[in-house]
Amino acid sequence: MAELIFFASLREDLGCDKLILELPDDTTVATLISLLGNTRGESWRQALSAENIRVAVNQELITGSVPVSNDDEIAFFPPVTGG
Amino acid sequence: MHRVLVQEEAFNQQEEYERLRKAALNVGAVVTFCGTVRDINDDDKVSALHLEHYPGMTEKEIEKIILEASARWNVIAATVIHRIGDLHPGDEIVLAGVASEHRGDAFRACEFIMDFLKTQATFWKKESTDEGDRWLTTRQSDVEAAKSWTDND
Repeated sequence: MAELIFFASLREDLGCDKLILELPDDTTVATLISLLGNTRGESWRQALSAENIRVAVNQELITGSVPVSNDDEIAFFPPVTGG
Repeated sequence: MHRVLVQEEAFNQQEEYERLRKAALNVGAVVTFCGTVRDINDDDKVSALHLEHYPGMTEKEIEKIILEASARWNVIAATVIHRIGDLHPGDEIVLAGVASEHRGDAFRACEFIMDFLKTQATFWKKESTDEGDRWLTTRQSDVEAAKSWTDND
């Protein structure tokens, strides 16, 4: 099972902080977003594919779409504002 | 000798300074920076600030920033302590400290660490104002500050 985590404003917009999901074979970040859009609603697709949303796989920031599997921790979040 | 902490509790800047000063006998310069909560942002009165992070990833990113600073300058010891949870105007949010042989390295490494902490480390701030609660967005000036370190190479 893959663990999906959502942070900050994105978590509030989705009303969800964590999802445990069985991913189909050959899932990528892009197909995962489509999957969530199909199963959870268009608002999820829009929120997760927004231009400023960052994605980390196993706590490493990624760019573009990479393959993801059932062992992965996949996090979605808005731009950071620490310091 | 790096010290990275993400915590709710307040920190003691003097203790952190002493730790850096005593890190080694070749330390000749210690720079510490402390960020505090302002009571005003974008012309609105701020009554509280809530900070969250990505446990695990945030700490690793800070380690990476310190390593990058250490590759550029002489860094004998570095400390980053970032608070999370509920904070109020006047509270200390973040401490960055660097001990080096000479001041130039300590000043630059400390500023570099802060600039990248602002734009790379997974922290998010939500502020409470008279207008309601709102998540902060990245400041362009912070992005430019971090970018300037690579532009100057």
